[in-house]
Amino acid sequence: MPTSTPLSAAFRLACFSFVVIGLVSFVYQQTKDKIIQNEHQALLQNLHSVLKEIPYDNKPDEDKIIIQKNIIYPAYYSGLATAAVIESTTAHGYSGDIKLLTALDITGKIIAVRILNHHETAGLGDKIELRKSNWILSFKDKSIADMQSVQWAVKRDQGNFDQFTGATITPRAVVNEVKKVGLFFQQYKAQIFHQ
Amino acid sequence: MKMTYQQIFQNGLWKNNQALVALLGLCPLLAVSNTLINSLALGIATTLTLILSNGCISLVRSTIQAEIRLPLFVLIIAGIVTIIELLMHAYFYQLYKTLGIFIPLIVTNCAIIGRAEVFASKNSVLPSLLDGLAMGLGFSLALALLGGIREILSLGSLLSQAELLFGESARYWEIVIVTDYSGLLLAALPAGSFIALGLMIAVKNALFQKA
Repeated sequence: MPTSTPLSAAFRLACFSFVVIGLVSFVYQQTKDKIIQNEHQALLQNLHSVLKEIPYDNKPDEDKIIIQKNIIYPAYYSGLATAAVIESTTAHGYSGDIKLLTALDITGKIIAVRILNHHETAGLGDKIELRKSNWILSFKDKSIADMQSVQWAVKRDQGNFDQFTGATITPRAVVNEVKKVGLFFQQYKAQIFHQ
Repeated sequence: MKMTYQQIFQNGLWKNNQALVALLGLCPLLAVSNTLINSLALGIATTLTLILSNGCISLVRSTIQAEIRLPLFVLIIAGIVTIIELLMHAYFYQLYKTLGIFIPLIVTNCAIIGRAEVFASKNSVLPSLLDGLAMGLGFSLALALLGGIREILSLGSLLSQAELLFGESARYWEIVIVTDYSGLLLAALPAGSFIALGLMIAVKNALFQKA
């Protein structure tokens, strides 16, 4: 390895930086569209999976609106509002943010809840995922009235929802977040479907 | 010091195994080894990074000045990892969704910068590529063994969620070893990871260390 003056070392470092940055930017440009397309495809799949029992003929992803940092995908059938899918994030999990999708019908009844993204402990907190456990299905058909009841909590907090052995924080975070989303939906319903 | 190809492989897989002997790369090793499939996937990604970074650094080794070699190594490794992440995001989306958060962790694997410093910056391209492959394989094997042990102890199964890595046809590869297993919590947590790795090193030393 050659040694030399600080100036030429700095110059060489700058040259290398330019080359590497150039390469990364090139790959970024080449993959950008494909990545956006992948993310969009995944979003459509998720929306379809929570809305599959609901009639809708609009494109919820194109009609999306954002209220108070929540992303809302409204569903309409022949111009009439049928349901809304709300994407929200809770920071009360065991490790990092939990991102979830909650679908509610026009009366506020829960159609489905799905976890989009989380970093909970594998084997413990990750039972909130549908592919690991059926727990997330326990929200189905619950109403706004259920959410307002004191029973809307995990069993440890004298509620109705199961927690997992060794992991109470994760299900508690999800249960509380779904309640927040339900109450948010009720409060902003007029704005969500206002078109 | 020139090494034969056989020595390079012996070093990577066993004598200087980056995980079990050099104890490098513990951050990804301990964090991701909770199931066999996670371990295999991170092992493959790490091996790929090692081969590419060793190759690139060996190619430009004559132009690298001693004073700036470390920032340059970091620059090259970070560039390679970012490119791998972008390509995976674009072309292996399902795998990216499972492994995505672990890919940036590869940058923190000091085994990679270690090989750049010790080997690739002093040897020609072909031996450097082989060294990357051998070190990567050795690291992956240790990772897979640790992942297997922890998965059996914490979940009572092996190869769960193989579909994330090998596609839909692998969905039923999961081997349930103990049915209705309630799970050993310790094995799933980072502390269990330390203990299991310690035991693996102890076994290796007890069996193979010549007095």
